[in-house]
Amino acid sequence: MIAKQLTVFLQNEPGRLEELTRVLEQEKINISALSIAETEEYGIVRMIVSHPEQAEEKLKEEHFSVKTTQVIGVEVPDEPGTLHHILKLWAEKGINVEYMYGYSNCGAARLIMKVSDPEKATEILASENLWSTVGWNAKDCIM
Amino acid sequence: MIWNEPKECMHREEMAHLQGKRLRATVEKVYQNVPFYRKKMQELGLEPGDIRTIQDIQFLPFTTKQDLRDNYPYGLMAVPSSELVRLHASSGTTGKPTVVGYTRKDIEMFAENVARSICCTGGGKDDVVQVAYGYGLFTGGLGLHYGAEKIGAAVVPISGGNTAKQLTLLQDFGSTILACTPSYAMHLAEVLEEKKIDPRSLCLRIGIFGAEPWSTEMKDKIERGLGIKAYDIYGLSEIMGPGVSCGCEEEKGLHVAEDHFYPEIVDPDTLKPMKYGETGELVFTHLTKEAMPLLRYRTRDLTSLENSACDCGRTNVRMNRVKGRSDDMLIIRGVNVFPSQVESVLLNIPETKPHYLLVVERRGTMDTLEIKVEIDENYLSDEINQMNVLRNRICHEVESVLGISVKLTIVEPKTLERTEGKAKRVLDLRKEEEK
Repeated sequence: MIAKQLTVFLQNEPGRLEELTRVLEQEKINISALSIAETEEYGIVRMIVSHPEQAEEKLKEEHFSVKTTQVIGVEVPDEPGTLHHILKLWAEKGINVEYMYGYSNCGAARLIMKVSDPEKATEILASENLWSTVGWNAKDCIM
Repeated sequence: MIWNEPKECMHREEMAHLQGKRLRATVEKVYQNVPFYRKKMQELGLEPGDIRTIQDIQFLPFTTKQDLRDNYPYGLMAVPSSELVRLHASSGTTGKPTVVGYTRKDIEMFAENVARSICCTGGGKDDVVQVAYGYGLFTGGLGLHYGAEKIGAAVVPISGGNTAKQLTLLQDFGSTILACTPSYAMHLAEVLEEKKIDPRSLCLRIGIFGAEPWSTEMKDKIERGLGIKAYDIYGLSEIMGPGVSCGCEEEKGLHVAEDHFYPEIVDPDTLKPMKYGETGELVFTHLTKEAMPLLRYRTRDLTSLENSACDCGRTNVRMNRVKGRSDDMLIIRGVNVFPSQVESVLLNIPETKPHYLLVVERRGTMDTLEIKVEIDENYLSDEINQMNVLRNRICHEVESVLGISVKLTIVEPKTLERTEGKAKRVLDLRKEEEK
């Protein structure tokens, strides 16, 4: 499933992330996945939220630097070798993984991945039946 | 239109004659009324009678900002306080403020020169001039105000700041001329873009910007962002305020009102006069100022002068855009660095915004230069890799122009301070350590 990820560029300083979550809290927007890539000076917050368009608009109003990115959200069995299998299929077709984040619990692993060609990557997954549509109930984030 | 054709298009020889006559009167006046100048001239073995032509100006003593501070507040006034009708003070960008006085005639001369400047940019009595320079001790606001009134234009004296209101009045009043600092004009252009207001929907056609050095790249950006022609107006409170010189439609430098202010370029180290076309420190001598005439005032601004004919018809000497102030010049590991150089580079990189801050520090015996830069939001990436590639590219371009290594830091958009007056581009922590 291709999902819309919000990317927010933040100064790496105390309170800045809190200002971001405050806006989401006020708008009653739920965060279903989040990762921060940080450097000495700034952080890049990547998140999947319940209402991405609304969140983007509101954050822009509050002078945050926001953009949306296409990522892939997958739920796969929480078993050894599953990720390797996916990456092997992609590598053979020349698909590059830029970054990923995720967790596993109760027999399922959920991953958010930024790949070079999201359409092709999801096709490969679907053809191998590696794809689970359950788990991602945030309909609004489907593109 | 040319506001004062007899003076602005005067034959060169006639001008030199007029300047000589006015210089003699000024020298006589300060010798008699300002102990500071009498003493300085006596030390050089000079008497007023020794100054006969404008060429003799090279024998006169220089005046510096420090002299103004030492004689603060009234020490350099050449008239009794009853003659003063206004006082202004410099913005004190680099230290204590300095005070300047004006007689009624000086205020008229100020308005006359701003009137010339506005006409030089193509303005006239049908224009609506939105004066977004600060009103107050700073000469910008009142200076433009009096000049615009003198030509019969309608003045909108909104002063600096309150961007939302500036935009409303630009729209509702149909202002055709905007006068402010270039950094504030840039800010207004950005806000227009943010609010998705098409600059073509405004009546604005001319921008008269000054009070800080700006690059030609910045000028292009402002012109596109506001849909106008932007002109450089130059001035400093010690000499008068804005209108000492101003650019014309030919864009070949700024016409100096040299029947009132005699310009020279000198080598900032040896103080030897330099030729036309050579870059050095700009020096002005008052020829008509009554309240506080200054001899050979060192502006610290670096530029060059041109005396070739201009197609606009004005014959007076032109000064090129100010390259930078010798005060702004940073010496980092022995290399001269001007903030304007950094600005030029950033404006040529589409991903960056012209908002930047130079932070200079001393680590041990080593000077370090950090440049904080804002990136255009559209070019932000969710991948650290891409951001690093971008940062390295900007860094490389800056380094190749400055000739020294720098630390380039990308900061969150819209976090560097926006000013309504003069932009703060340099934070020299070395100086603060010395204090």
